[in-house]
This record gives sequence, structure tokens and C-alpha cells, in this order.
Amino acid sequence: MADDRMKQVGAFLARQGILVAFLLFMIGFALANHRFIAIDNVLGVIRSSAILGVMALGVTFVVISGNLDLSVGSMMSFSTIVVLDLHDKLGPALAIPAMFAMTLALGALIGFLVGYLRLNSLIVTLGMLSAIHGLTLTYSGGKNMDIADKAGTWFGGIGRGSVLGIPGPILIFGLLALVLSVTLAKTPFGRKVYAVGGNGTAAIFSGIPRARVVFMTYIISSFCVATAGLLQASRSLGSQNTVGQGLELDVLAAVILGGASLLGGSGTVFKTVIGVLILGFIQNGLLLVGLEFYVQYVVTWVIIILAVWLDVAAKRGRILSPIA
Amino acid sequence: MSVHDQKPALRLEGIVKTFPGVRALDGVSFSVLPGEVHALMGENGAGKSTLMKVLGGLHQPNEGKIFMGDEPVVMGSPMDAKAKGVVFIHQELSLAEELSVAENIYLGELPRKSFGRVDWDRLYADSGAILKRLNCGFGPRTLVGDLSIANMQMVEIARALTVDAKAVIFDEPTASLTDAEKVVLFEVIADLRAQGVGIIYISHRMEEIFRISDRITVLRDGAYRGTLNTAETDEDEVTRLMIGRSLDMSRNAEHVETGDVALEVRGLSCGKLFQDVSFEVREGEVVGFYGLVGAGRTEIAETLFGLRTPSAGKILLKGKEVSIHSPMDAIAHGISLVPEDRKTQGLVLGMNCRDNITLPQVGDLTAGPFVSDGAEIAIFDQYRDRLDIKTPNWRQQVGNLSGGNQQKIVIGKWLSMHPEVLIVDEPTRGIDIGSKSEIHNLIRELAKSGYAVIVISSEMPEVMRVSDRVIAMYNGKLMRSFTADEVTEDNLVQAISGLSENGKVA
Ligand SMILES: Nc1ncnc2c1ncn2[C@@H]1O[C@H](COP(=O)(O)OP(=O)(O)OP(=O)(O)O)[C@@H](O)[C@H]1O
Ligand SMILES: [Mg+2]
Repeated sequence: MADDRMKQVGAFLARQGILVAFLLFMIGFALANHRFIAIDNVLGVIRSSAILGVMALGVTFVVISGNLDLSVGSMMSFSTIVVLDLHDKLGPALAIPAMFAMTLALGALIGFLVGYLRLNSLIVTLGMLSAIHGLTLTYSGGKNMDIADKAGTWFGGIGRGSVLGIPGPILIFGLLALVLSVTLAKTPFGRKVYAVGGNGTAAIFSGIPRARVVFMTYIISSFCVATAGLLQASRSLGSQNTVGQGLELDVLAAVILGGASLLGGSGTVFKTVIGVLILGFIQNGLLLVGLEFYVQYVVTWVIIILAVWLDVAAKRGRILSPIA
Repeated sequence: MSVHDQKPALRLEGIVKTFPGVRALDGVSFSVLPGEVHALMGENGAGKSTLMKVLGGLHQPNEGKIFMGDEPVVMGSPMDAKAKGVVFIHQELSLAEELSVAENIYLGELPRKSFGRVDWDRLYADSGAILKRLNCGFGPRTLVGDLSIANMQMVEIARALTVDAKAVIFDEPTASLTDAEKVVLFEVIADLRAQGVGIIYISHRMEEIFRISDRITVLRDGAYRGTLNTAETDEDEVTRLMIGRSLDMSRNAEHVETGDVALEVRGLSCGKLFQDVSFEVREGEVVGFYGLVGAGRTEIAETLFGLRTPSAGKILLKGKEVSIHSPMDAIAHGISLVPEDRKTQGLVLGMNCRDNITLPQVGDLTAGPFVSDGAEIAIFDQYRDRLDIKTPNWRQQVGNLSGGNQQKIVIGKWLSMHPEVLIVDEPTRGIDIGSKSEIHNLIRELAKSGYAVIVISSEMPEVMRVSDRVIAMYNGKLMRSFTADEVTEDNLVQAISGLSENGKVA
């Protein structure tokens, strides 16, 4: 029976382990550095996680439908550069919709390749990562992009302003999370996303247009990326053409941390938000205790591995198992 | 020889196994003697597979013990159980489709040469020998993914023959086998039995149980109900022990007034799969399609449902020609298909029961932009009651239901669409005899209320029981059509083997 209890503990850890680890981590860091749980630090973490978070919301849809999106980081650079450039050429009111249209077009291309042509999403989006990077460099001529008249535009208000004391990025992140959460959990479309990711063949046999559903997940993902690009551009009013580089892994880490399975068919928007916050606090905590910024890259990787392992372990119902 | 004086090869005592919300086994004892075929029977969800999973090391019991001889043993894992001589052939296939037949047979224990290199020659030779023993029509190098479901089952069985088994568990092995393949399987079982291996055999098919078993143990709702000597009992007694009442299994004798032609198919062809198929189904009529596996029946159904594109021919619904390019089109035209393979085609196993049933119509069950919980639950409740689906509640993942209850979910899913043309492909595969007769009655009832129904089945009694008309297929062609009065076992067998009435191959 001791064996049984071990298994129960194992199953619990596998399911809730990431939360338990997170709590221990928070307590540890709070003891090490009191600034960690100060209100302004907490708000700061949430605010700086918001851009990553907005991207993770969209990728949640893609992952639940059983695919991957590794192009979001490079696509975010593209959106940022484009909107900054168009800001000076067309003015902000036209630049924003134009940038959204261009980003959505990229999403539609990926959605077409993965959904309708049924190409492997890993290959398609990995290729897009590099193709969009090239596109961004071509577009910007390799230069960084800056808004000429930083003082005279309302554009910065989106990323820098606040409503009722809530910073703009947090507000937009929160609103988008709410809308997408309801979309996924409560609408027929959301149900179809789960069905397509859970068993694509059965979904087709049930009259669900699998290709269209997959296409739509990439549209949603690129919409979120465009929003993230807008926030980034508006916050900094100028940007390198590599701002989003590497973010795809952080986004994926957040989504998996939240418990979405890479096999598709499970996950929720709410859990992804939790995953985003966990990641944000861990990275912030490491900085506060004085670790090099670059250590974060290694830590993020370790967290991904941990999360994937726990995901598999939860499926097996135990931490270590001889059978899959 | 009396089997009763022998020591059991395996004995389970007082096994209790619970899952969240379910007491699947409630103190069950069971034993199998060397050289006997012991049948395990019970309704869907009675706990048969769970008991065997405990024996096979897949589940650890909450209470109870397992003995081999006089020794108590613990089956820590499936590999552990296999090493102890307990071989489990599963209800659901578990093969690696990308690997060859030989690799699947010896999965995890490939023969090795020096430096851990795989000894391919020996692998192919050994597995070839096993396949020969099973009379399989395919070689060890074939990819498993290219095999039919029936042949995959044979590979699963071949796995059992690689170790020195003390007990072999067959969990519904014949659910997707043809009659010829069944004969081979029964020979294999007889072989094993003669070698002193204890066989545990789970099936819902009475005729098989009485053909091959020595004893029958019946479970009901997770409890042991009794063990009978096959020679001293009959189907009726077993049925009553299983479900508490007798059943009427007679063939269809009622004549329903049929209405207008609901579905008409003219000269339909799909490449090599089937050619020049013409038939019609009227409102209120059940048409049975009988034939061997590979005769093209499933392919016709898939074409009608928009999953395949016909190369020639017309489909008419209520006299109007329609073009069906996708399952969505088919559903919009009022066609439903209960597919052949519930696990890959019928269900999203990780989804709950309710969501699976309402999946094809979830777009219509809305209140404003949102899915209406109430409407969904109402549909689930209705079909749970009508089909007697055993599940703690609608939130249960379909993957956790017993095989038969999973099948009922698929049937419920398509009945709830209120189709005008209902196509069911092997509707009662893995379903217990009580529910089977319920489903047969349901099909008759649906027809009576005006539905046009097509039943595809490889079980002759089923086809004869539900159909008003039986169409026999052979090799992609319609051979003959019989009315319920004309059809006999003999002329059906003749028609599906490609023999015309005068004995010539057509
Ligand atoms: N992993 C699981 N989690 C939760 N419930 C389960 C699980 N496995 C089985 N059950 C439940 O235990 C009961 C017994 O299931 P089992 O598969 O043993 O039935 P069975 O007799 O083999 O039925 P069938 O003839 O339909 O195959 C069912 O109510 C089933 O829903
Ligand atoms: Mg079973």
C-alpha cells in the first residue's frame, strides 16, 4: 500500500507539481529579497509579461488544435517594425490597421499551409521564423526603426498610458484573455478546436471542417502577435528589428507550463495566463537575486523540459514509468 | 479427465478496483486451470477488461490477491506479467503502425546479435513461422499500417505466441475478424489449450463461447455472479445470469409499409474499391449490406458520407440528384454515418461523454454566440437513458468508458442528429447481447418511424435480424438482393463468396 501512496503522490505532483514548485519558488525568493513581493515589483512583472502573454493567448489555440507556432517571435518583430515605419508615413490611425492586415496575411499563409495543405506545422513555422526575419530586415533595410516626433503623437499612449491606474498593456492583455477564454470555452468554434486537436479524423467524421479550424487558429495567433507588436512599438516608440527574437520559446514554455499538451486536445486560456505569470515571476526573481540576464535562457529551457516531463507523467499517472 | 481436481494455473481472490466515481470490481474471485478455456462474460461495463488488466499488470488492485500455483504474486507492470507467463491480447489494438509486422510481434524484445545489433534474419524467420502457424496471408515485412483491422488483430495474437505462456487472455479477439479468420483463431486456441495453457476468453458472442469454452464465469456490475460448466448450461441460463432476463433473438419477421425512395444510388463507382453499384432505400426500410471484409461495403458508406469522391455514378436523395463533397454536405442532407472504427473515427477519447455526443451539431446548440449547456445535457441525458450508457456522469472522459459503452456513445451521437438516411457500419461491435438486442430494436423502431437505414455488418444473424432487404456484396460488386423472406444462410454465403446460383464464379 506504500506503493499506492507513492503513486498517489506521484499523480498529484504530476498534475499540480508546477504550481507546488512555483509556490516554493515564490516563498524562497520572497525570503531572499523582500522587494520581490512588493506591489510595484509585482505590477512591473505583470506589465512586462503582458506582451509575451498576449502572444501566448493565440498560441494556446494553435497548440490545442494539435499544432505548433514557432514563428510568433519573428512575426512580432515584423509587426513592431512595420507599425513604427508606417506611423511616420501614414500617421498612427492608418498605420495600426495596415500593420494588422499585413500580420494577419502572414498568419493566413501559415494557416493555409498547415490547415489546407496539411504540411507539418513545426517545419512550416520554423521556416516562417526565418523567412519573416528576412522580410523584416528587407523592409527596414537592416536599420532600427524610430518614430521621428516622439513627443507629438498619441501613439505612445497605448503602451505607456493607463486607465484607472491599470497600465494599458495589462488592460489589453486582460481583455483579450477574457474574450479568447470565452471563445475557447463557450463557443462552438472553441469546441471544434479541442475536437480537431484531440482526434482530427474523428472530427472530420463528425462534419467538422478541420482545415478551416486550423486556419482560424493561426489567424487568431497572428492577431495576438499583431497586438503584441503594437504594444511593443507603442511602449518603446522605436525598436531594433530583432525585438521578438527568441520569444517563441518563452511563449511555448508559458503555454506548456499552463498545462496545454503538445499532443493537442487539452489546455485552457486561463491556465496559459497562469503559465505566463509563472514564467514572468521566475525570470524576475532570478534577476533580483543577481543572476546574469543571460542565465534566463538556460532557465527557460530547463522549465520547458520540466513542464513537458510533468505533462507526460500526468498522462501516465506516475512520475517515472516503464511504459509510455 | 475432470478439470475440477486440477490446481489452477492462476487464481484471483477478492479483487477490488475503484476509479473515481466507479467501483469497477467489487471483490471478484476467478481462476483458470491449465488447459481450459474459461470464458468471462458480462454486460458492457461489468468489469471484464478491468479484471484482466489487474491480472495483466496494467492496474494495481485496491484489495485482493493474485496466486500462481500456491504462490501469491504481484503483477507490477505488463512486462512483469508477461515475464511471469501472462499474455494479454487487448480489446483495443495497440500496434505501432509505422513498423513492420515482425518488429511489432517482437516489440521490446527484438532478437540481438553482438553489439546489440538487431538480428534481422532471425527476426523475420521467427515471426514468419508464427504467421504461418496462424495461416496469415501476409508476410513479416509488411507494414502494420497497411493491414486491415482484422489482420492487425492477427498480429496482436501473434505476439502472444512468442513467449512460454501459462495463461493467455483474449479480450474480444473476434470483434473484427471474419469467419475464416475466426476458424484459424479457434485452432490456435485449441493448440494452446492442448499444450496446457490456461485461456481466458472474453466475448459477447454466445455461439463462440459455447463452441470453445469449458467453463463460463459471469460478472455483473463489478460483482461475481457465478461459474457454469459450459456442457451443462445453455444460452438462456447465461443470459439470465448476465442481465437478469431472457432475450428474443429471432429474425425479422415484421413487414413495414415502406414510403417513398429516400436514397437512390445509380451506377456508383469509386476506382478499384467498388464498381457500378445501384440500389435504393425507401423511407421506413432497413437494408442490410452483407459481405466479406474488403467487399467494398464500408467504402460505399464513406462515399455516401462525402469522405471519398466517386469516379462515376449518381446519388439521389428523395429523387433529387445531390453532390456530396464532405461530411458537412452529407450531414446537411440528413445523412448520418456510424463509422466502423470507434477509436480512430468515432470518438475524441480525451473529450467527455456529452461533448462527444453533441459534436456534429454543436454549432446549432447555441444560445446567442455560446454553446447552450442545458441543450447539450438534455441530449446527453436522453441518449444515455435510451441506450443505457453506463457512466458516472457526463463529465467522464470517453476514453475511460468500457468498450461497449464507447460504441453506444457513437451511436447516440448519430441518432441525435435525427437523420433521414442513417448508415451504421458494424453497429454492435463489442456490444453485449442485451444492448445489442436493444440496438436492433432501436434500428427497427427508427425504420418504423420513417427513417431509411443502411446496416453494414459482418454478422449474419445481425443482418438477418434487422433487415427488410439484404444486399450481398463480393469484391466491390453487388451480387444479389434478397427480401427478408427469401434470405437464408445458404444463399447468403453463396452470394458473398462470388458464386452465382448455379455455382459458377460471377
Ligand atoms: N481508467 C478508468 N477510469 C475510470 N473508469 C474506468 C476506467 N477503466 C474502466 N472504468 C470503468 O470501469 C467499469 C468497468 O469497465 P470494463 O472496461 O472493465 O468493462 P467491460 O466488462 O470490459 O465492458 P465491455 O464489454 O464494454 O468491454 C466501467 O464502468 C468503466 O467506465
Ligand atoms: Mg472490455
